[in-house]
Amino acid sequence: MSHRKQVLGPDDVRRAVTRMAHEVIERNRGVDGVVLLGMQRGGVWLAQLLGSEIARIAAPVPIGTVDVSLHRDDIGLRPVSPGTSSDVPVEVQGATVVLVDDVLYTGRTVRAALDAVSDFGRPQAIQLAVLIDRGHRELPIRPDFIGKNLPTSSDEEVDVTPDGVIIIESEVST
Amino acid sequence: MTLHFRSIEEAGTERIHRLLDLTEHMAAVGRRPNPKVPALRGKTVCNLFFEDSTRTRMSFDLAAKRLSADTMTLAVSSSSVNKGESLRDTVETLDAMGVDAFVVRHQTSGVPWQVAGWTPAAVINAGDGWHAHPTQALLDAYTIRQRRGIANDFSGLKVAVVGDIRHSRVARSTTDILQLLGAKVVHVAPRTLLPPTSDVATTSNFDDVVGEVDVVYMLRMQRERMGAGLVPDGGEYSRRFALDERRASALRPDALLMHPGPMNRGVEMMVDPTELPQSTILDQVTNGIAARMAVLFELLGSGGIEE
Repeated sequence: MSHRKQVLGPDDVRRAVTRMAHEVIERNRGVDGVVLLGMQRGGVWLAQLLGSEIARIAAPVPIGTVDVSLHRDDIGLRPVSPGTSSDVPVEVQGATVVLVDDVLYTGRTVRAALDAVSDFGRPQAIQLAVLIDRGHRELPIRPDFIGKNLPTSSDEEVDVTPDGVIIIESEVST
Repeated sequence: MTLHFRSIEEAGTERIHRLLDLTEHMAAVGRRPNPKVPALRGKTVCNLFFEDSTRTRMSFDLAAKRLSADTMTLAVSSSSVNKGESLRDTVETLDAMGVDAFVVRHQTSGVPWQVAGWTPAAVINAGDGWHAHPTQALLDAYTIRQRRGIANDFSGLKVAVVGDIRHSRVARSTTDILQLLGAKVVHVAPRTLLPPTSDVATTSNFDDVVGEVDVVYMLRMQRERMGAGLVPDGGEYSRRFALDERRASALRPDALLMHPGPMNRGVEMMVDPTELPQSTILDQVTNGIAARMAVLFELLGSGGIEE
């Protein structure tokens, strides 16, 4: 059995995303050349939400997705079945790409995403926006925009949806 | 146990569905500005071709390269290779160099199964005798799925496969995958070129079906069969079973015209298919790379899937 603990509600998620939208605009002094790329699959809805907040505050920005399943460093170690693809709607050459994901954990997915984005061109800059930073990094990667820092143990799982954030603690003794 | 891809029948429904979805993914990779991904870095794919082939060999080679695998190709004309031990020696020698997958084409049915007994590597059947050509079947099914905008349910779809059914591994594998996905297949051929027993509907009258089916799949008529007394003569075969102007104009506007290549213009193909909007022949070639990437990635990139 597992224990579920709600740490953010739907309003908290919305407020965090609104603040991140302001930060993206502030950091880039507007939204010229900014492209949001949601990481498949958990970052896709978040990129949409962040994009609509940015559009409300400043101006609409292109939103796409990036799939990293063929760029991962653990290929061959676990079952992989990519069912989604990258959809990059604009030229990334010279753009400011904001990678968007729900949870930042080891950083390995972000590393794969950096490679995947580079296959589309050479952006001016790549920034990282995550709703939850749960720690336990295994690579030198840090986010530029964070919804919430959430220290967790590696036995726990973090479930993120627009309806909130839940920590699922497994019964396995630590 | 090592996973292989040797026939549609052996793969089964669940794997075929997964491979078709994976093919879609790989096709999207192929449309990117940089169509190469690092997925199979450090893997080695050996193409072992004991029979002539241009497109299949090139397609496998490019598929492996698009996934960043290293490739080696051994192309042997059938006459210079002895059977039995020497094939085994060849495989064992190459295996000792460190091969992760063998792509095997051979004029004898069953060779991919033999090869799998001699190496721990994954074996992909790129055509064995009259038996099977499963990656051709996969790319054919994906091409239909793509052009019709459907998923993996082909029920309601009617397909006529026309030509030398009996000696064609393409006919066998493509019929298998289409039936597995729920399509209705009819084999169109002279009686002498139909298999002795089959659970597939047959007819020797192409004109009965040409204007009715959703897909017309033309097979290559191998010229050597003409001299073997199985067909009256080239002209007679073409009159009854070729796609000529009259039959091409009878095709439904939304039908698909497929051919595995290489085409025999003037034998089974009396029209220029590139001028027909129904033709999928070049799509099939393009999709072949994605289908083979899907197979290679399934076998070499998806650890932990136990069979």
